[in-house]
Amino acid sequence: MIDSTVTRRDFIRVSAVVGGGLLIGFRFSDASAQPLEIDADAAVLAPNAWIRIAPDGTVTFTCGRSEMGQDVYTSLSMILAEELGVDPRTVTVLHAPVDPVYVNSALGAQITGGSTSVREGWGPLRKAGATTREMLIAAAATKWSASPADCKAANGMVTHGPHSASYGSLASAAALLTPPANVTLKEPVAFTVIGKPLPRLDGAAKARGRTTYGLDIKLPGMLYAAIVPCPVIGGKVASFDGSAVAKRPGVKAVVNIGEAVAVVASHYWIARGAADSLTINWDEGSSAKVDTTSVFAALDAAKDRPGFVAKTAGNVSTALAAGGKTAEYRCQMLAHATLEPQNCTAKVTPAGVEVWASVQFPQGAQGIAAAVAGVKPEMVKVHSQFIGGGFGRRLENDFVGQAVAIAKAVPGIPVQMIWTRPQDTQQDFYRPPSLHVMKGLVANGRLEALSGKLVSPSVTARAFPPFVVNGNDPFMTEGLANLTYDVPNLEMRTVIEEVGVRVGFWRSVSHALNAFAVESFMDEMAMEAKQSPVAFRLALLEKMPRQRAAIERAVRASGYTATPAAGRAFGLASMECYGTHAAVVCEVSGTADAIKLEKITIAADCGIAVHPDQVVAQLQGGVVTGLIQAVRSKVTFRNGRVEQSNFDSYRLPRGSEVPPIKVELIASGEAPGGIGEVGTPLVAPALANAVFALTGKRIRSTPIEDGGVRFV
Amino acid sequence: MPPISLNGKTVMVDAAPDTPLLWVLRDHLQMTGTKFGCGAALCGACTVHVDGVATRSCVTPLSALAGKKVTSIEGLTSPIGTAVQAAWDKHQVPQCGYCQSGQVMTASALLAKNPKPSEAQIAEAMNGNICRCGTYGRINAAVLDAAKTLEGRS
Repeated sequence: MIDSTVTRRDFIRVSAVVGGGLLIGFRFSDASAQPLEIDADAAVLAPNAWIRIAPDGTVTFTCGRSEMGQDVYTSLSMILAEELGVDPRTVTVLHAPVDPVYVNSALGAQITGGSTSVREGWGPLRKAGATTREMLIAAAATKWSASPADCKAANGMVTHGPHSASYGSLASAAALLTPPANVTLKEPVAFTVIGKPLPRLDGAAKARGRTTYGLDIKLPGMLYAAIVPCPVIGGKVASFDGSAVAKRPGVKAVVNIGEAVAVVASHYWIARGAADSLTINWDEGSSAKVDTTSVFAALDAAKDRPGFVAKTAGNVSTALAAGGKTAEYRCQMLAHATLEPQNCTAKVTPAGVEVWASVQFPQGAQGIAAAVAGVKPEMVKVHSQFIGGGFGRRLENDFVGQAVAIAKAVPGIPVQMIWTRPQDTQQDFYRPPSLHVMKGLVANGRLEALSGKLVSPSVTARAFPPFVVNGNDPFMTEGLANLTYDVPNLEMRTVIEEVGVRVGFWRSVSHALNAFAVESFMDEMAMEAKQSPVAFRLALLEKMPRQRAAIERAVRASGYTATPAAGRAFGLASMECYGTHAAVVCEVSGTADAIKLEKITIAADCGIAVHPDQVVAQLQGGVVTGLIQAVRSKVTFRNGRVEQSNFDSYRLPRGSEVPPIKVELIASGEAPGGIGEVGTPLVAPALANAVFALTGKRIRSTPIEDGGVRFV
Repeated sequence: MPPISLNGKTVMVDAAPDTPLLWVLRDHLQMTGTKFGCGAALCGACTVHVDGVATRSCVTPLSALAGKKVTSIEGLTSPIGTAVQAAWDKHQVPQCGYCQSGQVMTASALLAKNPKPSEAQIAEAMNGNICRCGTYGRINAAVLDAAKTLEGRS
């Protein structure tokens, strides 16, 4: 793979790489790419994605986004292959190294998240593919003394009359050409790859146990580390005696890394057993006072603060002076529970640091590794691996810092640190707890005024503080700032209130929190208006045809009715989420103490679906993630400790608990919207609305079982 | 320790008797297809076959394997295993894929024991395997499909 010291460039770059291949890079955020002189130092990156065509015909795509199940390897390869004119199944996909050229222009860092990968790569990757194709055509045309316009490129070949040449055979000559300044992209009607069926490029290996995740890294001489972290996040080691453990056969080192004690051994099981036998005294710190009750008391105490106005229209205070309805909603904290526990392999040498890990934010991994090792970031090499579940957990790199701190104790030797499942549950960055104060007024059967206020700790203020300006955490306003309903008097606010809990981004972030409150309250307002939840919403969406269409499609496909048979009910929720318009209908049956989830239907208009089958898969999986929040999972604190540990106490939906999920994709020619997180946020409000329709109980908290009903 | 029978071969392992088979496979034998998820037989990511029965390797000590035949995902070459994996391909089951070795091993053991499982029997057999990505619908469809494929062959 391409490997070099890299400087940031704002242009397309072509260079003859070792072996005479053609290398093209493209900086995603640069729409007006300019050619660059060939760099003598061949392997130089400038772009955000890479095409490498070797003389043997191998087409390599260095993917700047992490593959965590959301299908970027295949989807982004398809986008590239469409314009390049190759079969995507022939493309070799590589994990990108850390480099500024891979910065996600939608997020400002080398991050995979926010359902941005396809949206951000859509234009530039097509252009990179088309530019490369045109250069191959130009090389062939010169060779044959033909007009480029008369040459065709497809399936890795350029053809002209009786002539044909493979991309590989043309690569060296094409590498010497100046790339065209402008290229014509295919019209969607001409697509042969985008929107067509294709097996996932990583699918077969995953069904055969052949994929290498971070945990699967094996290096010569590698040691293993097990840790015992402070049971209170933020606490420190006060004292411990590691002398007995250090004498155990196989144990190489006992290391105090401040927030934990680590045992390094020849094998993980030896390290684990030794670590578990340590007695450690802790300085638990101020977070030891945190209880779930104190958390929500803090949110309650902050609810009268004005906060930040995320969206406004008309004059909501005047309108609500006439009365109206008020309701408060609450969402409990959640852990990410990636099935691959957090782990990291690190090696520290005088020359620098190497890190092997499953990470969504490799640039951050590089930064924390450098800080812990006391070296410059450019001395840290991050080897990104396939991710065994991300969901936002692996935007954090705490585990990378720990592994480097441990590896420092055994210089020159790679060390793989592995957390246990309880540690993974109890050392997380939790989805923020939230309080939502909703007020609304109905007049003439229509929503006349609506105000909403989210009170919660801010993930962004902790993780990316410069992005919070004047009390505006742009991730807290998700689901408020992009509210689709046309309400004459509207005011949506966010209030940041820290509660002593380490919070993190969790799939769909604040969409899930805000959608639960807004979409539950919309049903309450529909009741006030004595209208069906469907008609009430549609009347407020006259200017939002795609949103209307999503609701209508979900209603039709689900068999929704406001007047179902006894013992059966439906609930609806709808929102715009990361540029995609979606609606969910939950169908339930039974009674309050034994509710059965019969079916979940989701309709989505995500614009052009690059890889339709995996768009469906993301919506299916997103809905299951939504069930985590909706049904019974939660993280609670007592004396600063998370009360849940393994999957018996932090329960995840199992196969028998997941109903049939029906996905309806709405055909669209619009540019792609986000898809990885869209399935998640609407499940809880749609289910709460269905529970109300079934039982008459309006449950204003998640998980919904906390409201006094039981799911079977 | 006495040798173990793994994927049709006799393998010597230098590990303490209480070492879980999971870590024997992963660390001593460098076979990483079997995954660590929970360490407590709660998620199924570590599922292997012991004498053909789906078994959580994270709680199965080396000492319990004397005289038994172990099959890991790397050694799943039986017609049933191959049919299950082909069905996984057909239904495009994996997302992150981390649980899928275990899912495939559980499904293969089910079909070896019960070639024509009902949907309820599939749900029961697969219920110990968590998929955090939520591929359950496709898993169920793939198991049914594999059963049909195998029935057509016999």
